[in-house]
Amino acid sequence: MHLESLELLNFKNYEEINLQFSPEINCLVGSNGSGKTNMLDAIHYLSLTKSAFNPIDVQNIRHESDFMVIRGMFRKEDRQETIQCSLQQGQRKVLRRNKKDYDKMSEHIGRYPVVLIAPNDTDVIREGSETRRKFFDSILSQIDQQYLLWLLQYNHVLKQRNSLLKQFSENNTFDRDLLEPYDRHLLEFGQLLLKARRDFLQDYLPYFLSHYQNLSEGKEAVSIRYESNMDVANPEAELRNNLRRDLALQRSNIGIHKDDFVFEIDGHPLKKFGSQGQQKSFLISLKLAHFDSIRQHKGYKPILLLDDIFDKLDDHRIAKLMELVSGHAFGQLFVTDARPERTERIFQQLSDTEVRVYRIEAGEARRIMAE
Amino acid sequence: MQYPSKYIEKAVEEISSLPGIGKKTALRLALHLLRKDEENTHALATALVDLRSKTQYCQQCHNISDAAVCSTCSSHHRDRSVICIVENPQDVMAIENTAQYRGLYHVLGGIISPIEGVGPSDIKLESLVQRVAEASDPAIKEVILALSPTMEGDTTAFYITKKLKPYGVKVSSIARGIPVGGELEYTDEITLGRSILSRTAYDTSHS
Repeated sequence: MHLESLELLNFKNYEEINLQFSPEINCLVGSNGSGKTNMLDAIHYLSLTKSAFNPIDVQNIRHESDFMVIRGMFRKEDRQETIQCSLQQGQRKVLRRNKKDYDKMSEHIGRYPVVLIAPNDTDVIREGSETRRKFFDSILSQIDQQYLLWLLQYNHVLKQRNSLLKQFSENNTFDRDLLEPYDRHLLEFGQLLLKARRDFLQDYLPYFLSHYQNLSEGKEAVSIRYESNMDVANPEAELRNNLRRDLALQRSNIGIHKDDFVFEIDGHPLKKFGSQGQQKSFLISLKLAHFDSIRQHKGYKPILLLDDIFDKLDDHRIAKLMELVSGHAFGQLFVTDARPERTERIFQQLSDTEVRVYRIEAGEARRIMAE
Repeated sequence: MQYPSKYIEKAVEEISSLPGIGKKTALRLALHLLRKDEENTHALATALVDLRSKTQYCQQCHNISDAAVCSTCSSHHRDRSVICIVENPQDVMAIENTAQYRGLYHVLGGIISPIEGVGPSDIKLESLVQRVAEASDPAIKEVILALSPTMEGDTTAFYITKKLKPYGVKVSSIARGIPVGGELEYTDEITLGRSILSRTAYDTSHS
């Protein structure tokens, strides 16, 4: 599966552009602020129906314009498929596959999987448990449509339950009969999601560990531990026992929305005890394992988007990554870099690979011929 | 937009306040009315005025009605020992169209949803309990819950069942599962799982 061409209309800093891509390596070079990352974000949109950087859709429309269109032609084996995401200010975002609108965005997730490695990835280590849940939810949603549906249902129950707790508190009332159906749904979907997350981590860990070992060459032991307050013998009793606290705080304290994936190094929290280098290796391994688990479930390779990683990684890790590239571990690859000569040097060695380089300048792109 | 007449402007304003109609469609409708015979417009206006002034909600089932008690509730041909509970008047029409049901209805006029601030007291629930409690000759034997298979529908059904419990009335729910003509492999796991749990005895007379 790969992206053959991309057409942008009023997306971020692009007024109108149409690019053809190599099924192998595509480099986008240009100075900072030229729109390299925006191009990756457009591909992210076509895969996950949203931006990787700005969750507010209308803010991704080019200034002075009131609509945007992102259109991509994908090739999946011998079939060509057109995916189009368009947004008119004040209207709903429309996603279309081969001229047919989707009823629900969730139906599209996972059809054209991408893995993005970007500078803000460090959030997943530094920030709270929510970013880690989002990280794993995103992988799980791409490989398992049912998971995404369960998650949407769960979040809906949670919202209803929290609203109800708030109303109980504001009106100084309590009605067990009214709360009970929400508790039952919370438990039902919570158990399904808990099992899915636990099973997934078991598949994912071996990939992660082997990448980490390869990247770090260190002796430290890393691990990812799944933690859930619903992972108890009797989750129903757990929910019941926390009712008083739920009512006092006006929100639900038990459930898989409190889960965490704990990153550890030699049994200690990675955030505090991992060196800069160890954290970088950890991050890249998370992403490469993300790539591997999608490939395993889908039977084809997701598109890999590498945003500005040459700046963030040291030579050793870049070399390790390039070993994977030259070993054809990846499918289609998009790389951005502010320094064209560096990109050229890195990809020069790949003789049997089709490399396309585009120079991006203020929302325009020009193909640089490889000699 | 500049209109040549302030009456057009007023009409456009009113028509475009309807759901799904924008200013442009409203203008087209207004101009259309001007082009057609005057009687057409009068007939439309009368229909709208009558809609408001002559319809009311049935005192018993809360469905839209031309009288204080609707034609279904006052009919002698309906089974008065069964009440089917629905969310809104459209649901009554949908069930009537199946011609499979001969009992009475109860229109809740909404569904419990804390996010939208709709609680049990905001829907016609108290009057349902009262109906079940007070009915005699015949007493209510069965209450059928015909609510959407959503989280909100489930919650409302659960709550109603709890409230009706003291009266010993049989509470059933419309079946949910594989749609007629649907295929198993495309049915989601939850629906399929539930339809296996609530499977029915195979009835040869229906096939």
